[in-house]
Amino acid sequence: MSAVVAEHDDHHDHEHEHHGPEKGILRWIITTNHKDIGTLYLLFSLAMFFVGGSMALIIRAELFEPGLQFVDPNFFNSMTTMHALVMVFGAVMPAFVGLANWMIPIMIGAPDMALPRMNNMSFWMLVAGVLLIASTLFMEGGAPSAGWTFYPPLVMQTGKAFPFAVFAVHMLGVSSIMGAINIIATIFNMRAPGMTLMKMPLFVWTWLITAFLLIAIMPVFAGAVTMLLTDRFFDTSFFDAAGGGDPVLYQHIFWFFGHPEVYVMILPTFGVASTIIPVFARKPLFGYSSMVYATGAIAFLSFIVWAHHMFTVGLPVAGELYFMYATMLIAIPTGVKVFNWTATMWKGSLTFETPMLFSIAFVVLFTMGGFTGLMMSVAPVDFQYHDTYFIVAHFHYTLVPASIFILMAAGYYWLPKWTGNMYNEKIGRLHFWLSVVSVNILFFPQHFLGLAGMPRRIPDYAIQFADWNMVSSIGAFIYGFSQLLFLYIVIDTIKGGTGEKVTDEVWEEASKHGLEWTLPSPPPYHTFTTPPEIIPTEHI
Amino acid sequence: MSTHTAYYIPHKATWPVMATAGLMLMLAGFANHLNGSSIGSGMMLTGFITFIVMLGFWFALQSTESESGMYNHGVGISYRMGMMWFIFSEVMFFCVFFGALWYTRNISVSWLGAVEGAFSSGPGRSTYTLWEGFSATWPTNGPGKVGGDFEPMGAFGLPFVNTLLLLSSGVTCTWAHHGLLAKNRQQLIKGLLATVGLGFLFVAFQATEYYEAYHEMGLTLGSGVYGSTFFMLTGFHGLHVCVGAIILSVVLFRSWKGHFTPENHFAFEAAAWYWHFVDVVWLGLFVFVYLM
Repeated sequence: MSAVVAEHDDHHDHEHEHHGPEKGILRWIITTNHKDIGTLYLLFSLAMFFVGGSMALIIRAELFEPGLQFVDPNFFNSMTTMHALVMVFGAVMPAFVGLANWMIPIMIGAPDMALPRMNNMSFWMLVAGVLLIASTLFMEGGAPSAGWTFYPPLVMQTGKAFPFAVFAVHMLGVSSIMGAINIIATIFNMRAPGMTLMKMPLFVWTWLITAFLLIAIMPVFAGAVTMLLTDRFFDTSFFDAAGGGDPVLYQHIFWFFGHPEVYVMILPTFGVASTIIPVFARKPLFGYSSMVYATGAIAFLSFIVWAHHMFTVGLPVAGELYFMYATMLIAIPTGVKVFNWTATMWKGSLTFETPMLFSIAFVVLFTMGGFTGLMMSVAPVDFQYHDTYFIVAHFHYTLVPASIFILMAAGYYWLPKWTGNMYNEKIGRLHFWLSVVSVNILFFPQHFLGLAGMPRRIPDYAIQFADWNMVSSIGAFIYGFSQLLFLYIVIDTIKGGTGEKVTDEVWEEASKHGLEWTLPSPPPYHTFTTPPEIIPTEHI
Repeated sequence: MSTHTAYYIPHKATWPVMATAGLMLMLAGFANHLNGSSIGSGMMLTGFITFIVMLGFWFALQSTESESGMYNHGVGISYRMGMMWFIFSEVMFFCVFFGALWYTRNISVSWLGAVEGAFSSGPGRSTYTLWEGFSATWPTNGPGKVGGDFEPMGAFGLPFVNTLLLLSSGVTCTWAHHGLLAKNRQQLIKGLLATVGLGFLFVAFQATEYYEAYHEMGLTLGSGVYGSTFFMLTGFHGLHVCVGAIILSVVLFRSWKGHFTPENHFAFEAAAWYWHFVDVVWLGLFVFVYLM
């Protein structure tokens, strides 16, 4: 951030007609307020985090020992599928949309999101989509169990759940596209005078690029599942070789969506990390513009690497080589980011409040997830890793101690701003240490299991994998139950927290780092009804 | 003065959440219908009607607000950006089906026929085939001859006429826009009438083409991958033509009522952009589906 606010005391005057919130439950249903909608998104995603987490614990309970203990294999496969769908579309993506709703208008000095009615619809479409997919748990044939990738021909065996899953994807897609359009219009059109693009906080930048990814890829996924639907119900042959189609076509389309999709979950993560680390290092972000360009580069590369998810499907050698080298390129802009975060902390006056702890753990553990990704980008070696627990360990390292940790960090970082109350730092740190230790007990052994050849998505396994599976399951239960501490902290902080009322800045000199810290804590229902004046400063 | 000192922020949005409920009911009904449930089609219809009615109220509200001058320049820019990015998402949606057509014609059919080529150097790809005697040609319904014998759709019959229709409708649409800018309401209304008329004529011809395909040529959605790509691409396009023509009809109705000024006519612009987008997609279809 290289901008501070000169005058900001006119945002809570009462000259204008100010609409307060509606009374009662209706406030939340028909709201167009970006803070209300942000809160709805965040609370919904927190609920889904526990729903998806419970499914993960069912998986880990079943895998605690070899043999079939608790659930039947089809239900197990439903759990792996639903865990992924709920976590991706119900928890991580909506959590970042919630942060975007709350923070982007405030960070750029806008009165609200550009298209407030559509904002309301985006949220309710998300709820509707998740309800559709959740309803399949109670249907004949069970919830979808072919994996979140819905590969044909396996997915064609899904029972009554099949069309519901397809339409849920459509609704979630529409929700994401509307949310993304809103974010782009807000960022391009609603910035306060003087808030030039290259002065925007990195969180805003990463979301701008993420929104572009979403608009580009969600229709692709919608198209793919539409073809599944017509193949199943309307006699088409897109993925059927007898009619001249090809199941591999589905994989190409899916991963053309799927690879940018995983960056939809990681780019805003980068944005939040780049927001938090400078505050607690008491230094400006190192290499702001290189961070912006690296984000753009990662987004661009995400469109040209998709078939690295398909190395073992029988691609031509030229294709394998191309996708291998293109994939390796991603390490460069990602490396730029990791070095920039490290350089930001270098010689800073660091303090280790909970948000910073989670952020540092993110930098370290995400880098590990990145390294295993680099290992798998090597096509010939990937033949060994493919569809083993190694890939499970890889993407969980890039999602749990990365996206989820940063979401936790964001929660601790902004909760005092949102509520005006301070959270309990002791419990926060306890939550962090339990999480960071248990997440490694949970996922690190899965690298060993994968290298030794344990396949993913299977309820039973050979006896040789027993020990590390037990360790992993123990880690899973510690990790899962420690997250209840976060739930406690959120509720406690909303209800008053430590009893200490926080200042506008909350964190030492935070107002140097973002407009949100110039507003009262909690900020009034409407902020920046007249735009703040941004005074350009040197990089602090 | 900044563009958004008076940026209009609506409050208490009733229609979006109800439209969502309608949409959800419609899709749940459709899913039930596909699963063979008897209540499915009723749910679907109820949901669809709810959705359309709610959308109607929503758009009516927007148009009232717009005509009463509540939207400043900044709001207009947001709407235009919204429409542009929405059309971009539609472009990506069509890209999927064009991509599927490309992949099928250049890769999967060649592989099934064990043809040597740029994409067939993979291990085991060209050395054996599961489908003895299948030769890779286009159009095809695959080695299983799925859907039986069929005759492919030629380019120079109704499709060519339809190309001319849509291209002229683009011209009449622009002519209407010029009328709007020149405050010539007669020209605006005539231009829109012609555009909507040409649009619905296109749909009628498309329906005729489909009827002939099904009843005289043996070409159906089930005619292997040729039938699948043909009907999905032209079908989704036809659906978009219908939606575009309905949007233009609403704009026509509003023009009749005296809405729109040379400075404030976002709805017209959005409808025109959408119409041109549908036009461009058709040109892609004409080349890649019918001609090649």
